[in-house]
Amino acid sequence: MTAPTTVAHTLVARDLRVDTVTGQPVLNGVSYEIAPGEVLALVGESGSGKTTAGLAALGHFRRGLVHSGGDVSVQPGGAAPVSVLAAGERERRSLRGSTVAYIPQDPAASLNPALRIGRQICEVLETHGYGASAAERSARVVEVLAEVGLPADESYRRRYPHELSGGQQQRVGIAMAFACRPSVVVLDEPTTGLDVTTQTLVLRTVATLTAEHDTAALYITHDLAVVATIAHRVAVLRRGEVVECGSTEEVLRAPSHAYTLELVTAVPHLDGTGAAAPSASGAHVVESVSDGRHAAERHDVASGSGSASASNGDRERPPALSVSDLSVSYGDHRVLHDVALEVRAGECLMLLGESGSGKTTLSQCVAGLGRPHAGTVSVSGSPLAASTQRRTAEQLRAVQYVFQSPYSSLNPRKTIAQSVELPLRTLTDLDAAARRERVTETLERVRLDPALADRLPDELSGGQRQRAAIARGLVTTPDVLLCDEVTSALDVSVQATIVDLLCELRRELGMAMLFVTHNIALARHVADRIAVLRGGEVVESGTVDEVLDSPSHEYTRELLANTPRM
Amino acid sequence: MFRLILRRLAISVAVLWLVSLLVFVATLLLPGDPARAILGQQATPERIAALNEQLGLDAPVWQRYLDWLGGVLTGDLGTSAASQGPVTELLGGRIGASLVLLVGAAVISTAGGLALGTWSALRRGRAVDHTVSGISLVVAALPEFVIGVALIVVLSTTVLPVFPSVTLAPPGEPVWSQPIQLVLPILTLTLVVTPYITRMMRATMSEVLDSGYIEMARLKGLPERVVITRHAVPHAIGPVAQVVAIQLAWLAGGVVVVEFLFRYPGIGQALIDAVNNRDVAVVQAITLLIAGVYIVVNLIADIVGIMTNPKLRAEVSR
Amino acid sequence: MTATTTRPTLLRRALALPQAKIGLALTTVVVAVALLGPWVGPWLTGHDTTGFAGKPFQSGGIAGTDGLGRDVLTRFLAGGLTLLIYAVLATALGLVLGAALGMVAGYSGGRLDSLIMRGSDVLLSFPQLVFALLAIAMIGPEGWLLVLVIGITHAPRVARVARQSTVAVKDADFIRAARMYALPRRRILLREVLPNITGPLMVELGLRLTYSIGYVASLSFLGLGIQPPTADWGLMINENRIALVVEPWGVLLPVLAIAVLTVGTNLITDSLASAAARSSDATTSHTAKEASA
Repeated sequence: MTAPTTVAHTLVARDLRVDTVTGQPVLNGVSYEIAPGEVLALVGESGSGKTTAGLAALGHFRRGLVHSGGDVSVQPGGAAPVSVLAAGERERRSLRGSTVAYIPQDPAASLNPALRIGRQICEVLETHGYGASAAERSARVVEVLAEVGLPADESYRRRYPHELSGGQQQRVGIAMAFACRPSVVVLDEPTTGLDVTTQTLVLRTVATLTAEHDTAALYITHDLAVVATIAHRVAVLRRGEVVECGSTEEVLRAPSHAYTLELVTAVPHLDGTGAAAPSASGAHVVESVSDGRHAAERHDVASGSGSASASNGDRERPPALSVSDLSVSYGDHRVLHDVALEVRAGECLMLLGESGSGKTTLSQCVAGLGRPHAGTVSVSGSPLAASTQRRTAEQLRAVQYVFQSPYSSLNPRKTIAQSVELPLRTLTDLDAAARRERVTETLERVRLDPALADRLPDELSGGQRQRAAIARGLVTTPDVLLCDEVTSALDVSVQATIVDLLCELRRELGMAMLFVTHNIALARHVADRIAVLRGGEVVESGTVDEVLDSPSHEYTRELLANTPRM
Repeated sequence: MFRLILRRLAISVAVLWLVSLLVFVATLLLPGDPARAILGQQATPERIAALNEQLGLDAPVWQRYLDWLGGVLTGDLGTSAASQGPVTELLGGRIGASLVLLVGAAVISTAGGLALGTWSALRRGRAVDHTVSGISLVVAALPEFVIGVALIVVLSTTVLPVFPSVTLAPPGEPVWSQPIQLVLPILTLTLVVTPYITRMMRATMSEVLDSGYIEMARLKGLPERVVITRHAVPHAIGPVAQVVAIQLAWLAGGVVVVEFLFRYPGIGQALIDAVNNRDVAVVQAITLLIAGVYIVVNLIADIVGIMTNPKLRAEVSR
Repeated sequence: MTATTTRPTLLRRALALPQAKIGLALTTVVVAVALLGPWVGPWLTGHDTTGFAGKPFQSGGIAGTDGLGRDVLTRFLAGGLTLLIYAVLATALGLVLGAALGMVAGYSGGRLDSLIMRGSDVLLSFPQLVFALLAIAMIGPEGWLLVLVIGITHAPRVARVARQSTVAVKDADFIRAARMYALPRRRILLREVLPNITGPLMVELGLRLTYSIGYVASLSFLGLGIQPPTADWGLMINENRIALVVEPWGVLLPVLAIAVLTVGTNLITDSLASAAARSSDATTSHTAKEASA
C-alpha cells in the first residue's frame, strides 16, 4: 500500500511524555504524524505504552498516569490545528467523539450494557449537535450502521449490546466512532478476540471508511500481519519510545532496528518461513510421513480406522493417542459430534478451530477434565475413563496438558519447583531426592534457569512461566502432550521461542503432541498434520501441505483467505 | 424475567417455612418442663398436667408444630405467659412504634448513604474522599449501644441537653405524638447503617466509573453530568439495593438494642422483656416477624436487581 | 517483568498502611488493658472486682464507685478479659466453620452447594443479635451459648465469602492441573485453594472479630450476656447508665474501651481489605495482558 500524497497532517504528536503518578516514565518522548486518509500502525508488545499513546490523542490519561510533556494536536478539516492537551475541559470534550474518535479494544466492556445500541450511537450525535433535528440524527444512525455493514432497521437499533455477537459489537463501536465523521480515529486493537473471518470484515470496514472520509487513523496493535494488511506507515513502540518509523513496506521487509527485526522474524508464516525457523528442522521429523501415505491418511483419520497404510512400525504399535466417535453435548447443544483423531508417537497434530468450534472441549475430554462423553479416548491402545478420578496413575502420567495461560496454570502460592514436582509426587514412586533431580533436569530441558526454581510465579515473565508449565507437563515423560493455545497469552516475540521449544522437545523426546490452536499460520512451524474443527465436527484433515496447499473444504479455504499475511 | 422472579419468590417462601421450623425447634431446647417453668417449683403434678393440656404440650411434636404454624398463618400467635393475654394484642401497638424507627432510619440513611457514597466516589483520592472514608470506617466499627450512649452524653445530658434520652409516652398515646423523643433513637440507627451504605455505594460507583463503558462515554465527549446520571448510576442501583436490604435487616437487629437503651416501647423492648421472662410465645412471634421482614426486604431487593439488569429483563422476550 | 524480590505477604503489606498502624496501636492498648487488668487492678487500687469502696455515689477510687459502691477502676480493669475471650472464640468458630462449609460448597457445586447455601439462607434471615436472643431465651445466658450462637451466626456470612472466592479460583488452570495429578479433593482444598483465598478470609477474620466484640458487649449490655457479679464492660454500662450524669466514669470508661477496640480492629480489617484489593488488581492486570496479547 502506498501512502496518499499529502503534506498537511491531521494528527501530530510531538515528544509526548507520560509518567505514572509515582514518576515512572510510560511514554518517553513519542512523536508521530498522520495525514488525512492515512493509517499509521502503532506496534508494540504489552507494556510498551501503545494504548497510553493512543488515548493521549483524545487528551485522556487513565488513572495513575500524568501527562509530563510534549503535545498532541489535531487539525479538523482544513481548520487551524488545535492542541488536544492544552485545550480546556469543555473544548476537549467537544473534540472527543466529533473530531477525534476512539474505537476500543473490548467492545463488550465498552458498550453500556444497559442502553440500546441505537441510543448509544445517537447520543454522540446529540452531544456534538450533529444534524438539525432528531429525524436527521436518526437518519444518520441508520446510515452509519449501514456503512459498517449492520442491519439498520428499528428492531436492530433497539437491541442491547449483549444481544449482539462480538464482531457485531465491534462494528457498533466503529459506527459510534464514525457517526460524527471525525477527522481522526484511534483504534486500540479492535480485532483482538475476533475470529479471523470477522477480523477481515472489520479491517475491511475500517479501511473503506478511512479512505472514503479521508480520516487519519492511528491503529494500535501487536499483530504485524494485521499491520501489513491495513497500515500505510508503521511506528514501532518499545518501552515508551518509538524505535522505528517508516512505510509499512520498509519496516516489515527491511527493518532497521534490532527490536523490529526480532518482532518481524517472530511472526509465524503460513508458508513456514520466518523466524520459527527451527521448525524447519522440526519438519524433518515429518520425514517418516512418506508422500505415498498422504492421500490414504486423510480418509483413515476421518473414519477413525487407523492408518492401514502406515509404515510397519506404526502398524504394529497402536497410535499414542486415538479418539473415536467422540460426542459431547451440553443439554440440547452438541459441542462435539463423532470426532475421530489419532496421533502417533513423535508426531504433532494441529487441531485447528475458532472459538466455539469445540476444540477446548475436545482437549479437555482427552485430559479427563471434561464432562461425560460418548465415544472412546485411548492412549497407546488402552481406553481411558472420562474423568481423571477413574484413571490410573499410569494413565494420568501418560497424558499431560499445557494450559493456555501461564498466568493461571501455576499456583501463585507455590514455587516453580513445587509446581513442577507435583505430578511426580502423586503419579510416581520417586523419592524426594530423585524427584528433585528430575525437576532440575526438566527445567534445564525447557531452558529455564534452575535458579528460578525457588521463585514464585509472580516473579517470572510470561515466557518463563510458560516454560515452567511445559516443564510440569514433561516431568513425568508423557506419551501424549496436549498443548492448548499455549502461545496465545504471550507476546509475539515470546510466542516464537515457545513454539521452537515445543518442536525441539518433541524431537528429543519422541512424544505425540496435540497442538490446539486458532492460528493456522503456525501450522508449518509445528505440525505434521492438521485437523480442522468446526461446529464440533472435523471438516478436514490431512498433512500440513495438503491442507494448506489444496484445502478441500470451503471453510478451510475461507480461513486461509482471511488469515492476514505479511 | 417473570420465571426468574417466580423462582425467587418460591425460594423466599421455602426459606420462610424453614425459618418457622427453626423458630419452633428452638422451643424444644427449653430445659425441663415449660409448664413447670411457668407455674414454679411448688406446682402440683395435676396443675402441671392441666396446663400441659391447655398449652397442647402433651401432643406429639409434629402436631404441635402444625398447630402453631396454623395459628401463625391465621393470625393467632398464641398466649403470652407473662401477661396471660394474646400475643397479637401485646405486639399490636408496638409494631407501629418500631416501624416508625425503622422507616425513619432507613429513609434517612439510604438517601444520605447513596449521596455521600456517590460524592465520595466522584472525588476519589481527594481529601473529601479520605475524610468520608475515615469517618465511615470509624463509625461502622461501633456497636449500636456505643453510638447511643455517646449521643446521650452529648445531646441529652452534659454538653447540649436538647433531646430526651428516655421515651416517656403517656399510656394510650402513640410514641410519635411527641416527635422530639424519636430523634435520638432514629439518629442512632441512622449512624449505625449509613457508613455501610456509603462505603458500598462508593465501592460500586468506583467500579462502575472504572469500567470500559464509562471511559468510552467520556471519550465520546459526553458532558460529565450525562456520564454520571445516564451511564454510571443505573448500574449501581442493582448491587446497592442488595446492600441496602441487608442494612435494613441489620436495623431490625439494631432496633432491639436501641429500644432497650432509650426505653422505647417497640417490639425490640418487648423481645428483651420476653427473653428475660422466658415468654416463649412472644419470643417466637417477634423472631419470626423480624425474619419475615428481612426475607421480604431481600426479596424486593432481588427483584429490583433483576429489573435493573437488562440481560435478565430481556429474558421476557425470549 | 521479572521481579527480583519476593512479594511481601498480604499481612506485611497491610501493616505497612497508615490505618493499620493506628488500628494496631488502638487494639494493642485495649487488649493490654483487658489481659493485664484483672491482675493489675486489685494490686493498683487495693479492691477486688466485686468488693466495695465507700458508699453508693461516693467517690471511691480515681473513677469513683458504681451504684453498688464497687470501685469502677478495678471493675473496669477486670471487665475486658471475658469479653475478649468470648469474642475471639466465637470468631474462630465462625471462621473455621464458615470457611470449611463455603470451600466445600464452592468447590463441589451442584446439590451439596445448594444444600449448604440454602441452609445458610435460613440462618441469614435472622439478624445475628435476634438469633442469639432466641437461643438465650430458650437456654439462658450461658457463656458457652454466647460463643456458640455468635460463632454459628457468623458461619453463613463467612461461608458466602469463602464460597465466592473458591468459585473464583476453582476453575483456574492450576486447580485443573491438580485434578489431573490425581490430588484428592481434601488436599486440593487445603493445599491449592486455601492458600489462594487467605486474603478474603483474613478480611473476614477482622470483620467478624469486630462484630463479635460488638455482639458480646451488646448482649451483656442488654443484661443477657455475661452475668453479674462478673465485671464486664457491657454489663457495667447497663448497671451504671441510670447514673450517667452523676457518675459518668462507670459508663464512659467501658464505652470508650469498646469503641477504641472495635475501631482498632476495624482499621486493621480495612488495611487488610485494601492490601487484598491491591493484589487482586495486580492479578487483573495480568488478565488484561492476556486479553491484549
